[in-house]
Amino acid sequence: MKAQGFAHKYEDNVDTDVIIPARHLITADPKELAAHCMEDIDKDFAGKVLKDDIIVAGKNFGCGSSREHAPISIKACGVSCVIAGSFARIFYRNSLNIGLPILECDEASRDIKDGDQISVDFDSGLICNRTTGKTYASQPFPEFIQNIIKKGGLLQSIAGDI
Amino acid sequence: MAMTTTQKILAFHSGLLHVVPGQLIEANLDMVLGNDVTAPVAINEFEKVGGSTVFDKAKISLVMDHFTPNKDIKSAQNCKQVRDFASKHGIENFFDVGDMGIEHALLPEKGLVVPGDAVIGADSHTCTYGALGAFSTGVGSTDMAAAMLCGKTWFKVPGAVKVVLSGALKKYVTGKDVILHLIGKIGVDGALYKSLEFFGDGLKSLSMDDRFCIANMSIECGAKNGIFPVDGKVLDYVGQRSSRNPMIFEADSDAVYDEVIEIDLNSLEPTVALPHLPSNTRLAKDAEDLKIDQVVIGSCTNGRLSDMRQAAEILAGKKVAKGVRLIVIPASQEVYLECLKLGFAEIFVRAGGVFSTPTCGPCLGGHMGILASGERAVATTNRNFVGRMGHPKSEVVLSSPYVAAASALRGYLTCPYKL
Repeated sequence: MKAQGFAHKYEDNVDTDVIIPARHLITADPKELAAHCMEDIDKDFAGKVLKDDIIVAGKNFGCGSSREHAPISIKACGVSCVIAGSFARIFYRNSLNIGLPILECDEASRDIKDGDQISVDFDSGLICNRTTGKTYASQPFPEFIQNIIKKGGLLQSIAGDI
Repeated sequence: MAMTTTQKILAFHSGLLHVVPGQLIEANLDMVLGNDVTAPVAINEFEKVGGSTVFDKAKISLVMDHFTPNKDIKSAQNCKQVRDFASKHGIENFFDVGDMGIEHALLPEKGLVVPGDAVIGADSHTCTYGALGAFSTGVGSTDMAAAMLCGKTWFKVPGAVKVVLSGALKKYVTGKDVILHLIGKIGVDGALYKSLEFFGDGLKSLSMDDRFCIANMSIECGAKNGIFPVDGKVLDYVGQRSSRNPMIFEADSDAVYDEVIEIDLNSLEPTVALPHLPSNTRLAKDAEDLKIDQVVIGSCTNGRLSDMRQAAEILAGKKVAKGVRLIVIPASQEVYLECLKLGFAEIFVRAGGVFSTPTCGPCLGGHMGILASGERAVATTNRNFVGRMGHPKSEVVLSSPYVAAASALRGYLTCPYKL
């Protein structure tokens, strides 16, 4: 599994309230949530993000609320992957559970600049900045996580077992 | 190998004798919780995979607390969806308007969590029940859906940060000041992925409400859970509310901690967190020039009876400053009734405040007190992120009920010693 797209760069401690403000939590519809993604930190994000783009941020990305609406809105925008120095634990779990690939890589999260073209290989964990030519190693997903991402979420991946 | 309290609880619930940090385990759950924001997403997932029955209708709690009484049509539809699901599956712990409270005040109060339990909730402040010596942690809606189906979930066993409390709290210093001090010291990711384990003689000076408040905000420094030892206060609290037997797990004396932090409670003073992170802390006395437009006293952090009592103590016989909107929200029907009986409700209304039915409401910018651009609130809530209580250009200062009530009287952020 691979992803390739342009980077949207953010700082440390991007919280779930700015990823999807609570005023929009009255819906669970991914398309409606996508229209407001990152609204309180980057109000033009939903308009400018292209399919397969990649969010790159500092440490503790997704801190705060447990709202799964946050990774849902990011995924529904077409974002193919989030790379951060570290992730808040509930956001980390939620992202994998809904099939949004996320990678921890401190060095890449510091080096990559807004607009850089990035490619990611989920099998090897290799992150490549195609703009600068620099590559970074991150921990690849084990097979069961890749399976969740491929099936589109945890429950879809276990549906056959229930 | 020696284990922490959290590790022992997780080992027990996974049927293992030992666990080590980093180990992936599957734990049986005593309670699975959701609210009117997160449960609809979980129910959609549950139904998408053809879920026909829940694992145990007595071990699921559904609490309609965030946007209730419903603020608009969409939030009403969400509650209706959960109400219909609860009815169809015979969920025993479904709490709707009239008997609901803010979930993390309500579950302990109803005796639905006892020491030694393993609890997940689709709400980040589920870590509150660590005050009872239970393992409890926030998850998302998909985890909640899977747990409603099978009664289990997977965890990575956390390492731990040990917090040793000594001394006793001074007048006007509360559990809120303890946790704000700690978050200010270690940062919003200072305990990321870890359990925050509280010990020490200082525990004696902490009421149950102080402990609920401290455990509640463990998530604000990234912790997986916060947990307290089970002492007489915990057993009294639980004994009055549940007929279930508590299971007491104690950390081994040689358990390994990633970090040990010592806090002398005597040295603490009223503390606030300025915008826009809970770690941006100051002593209240050093931030007194900040003008405020609104004060919110309530939430899963500080909406319990002792919080109401502290606010009433400051506000009794006084009037809030002109131009300040005071909103007091007890966290449950039980707290609400006590406020009526004890005369607190009258104190709040006579002071020029409003006294609301329980709701999460303004804490997350839901309803019942949204801020306009450029406005600033002092709130006893738990987060002061950009836009948390309304407009992205509004500000929230986090504080204890004492500081919030004192600030309402002056119209500026105020340390209660100044009154």
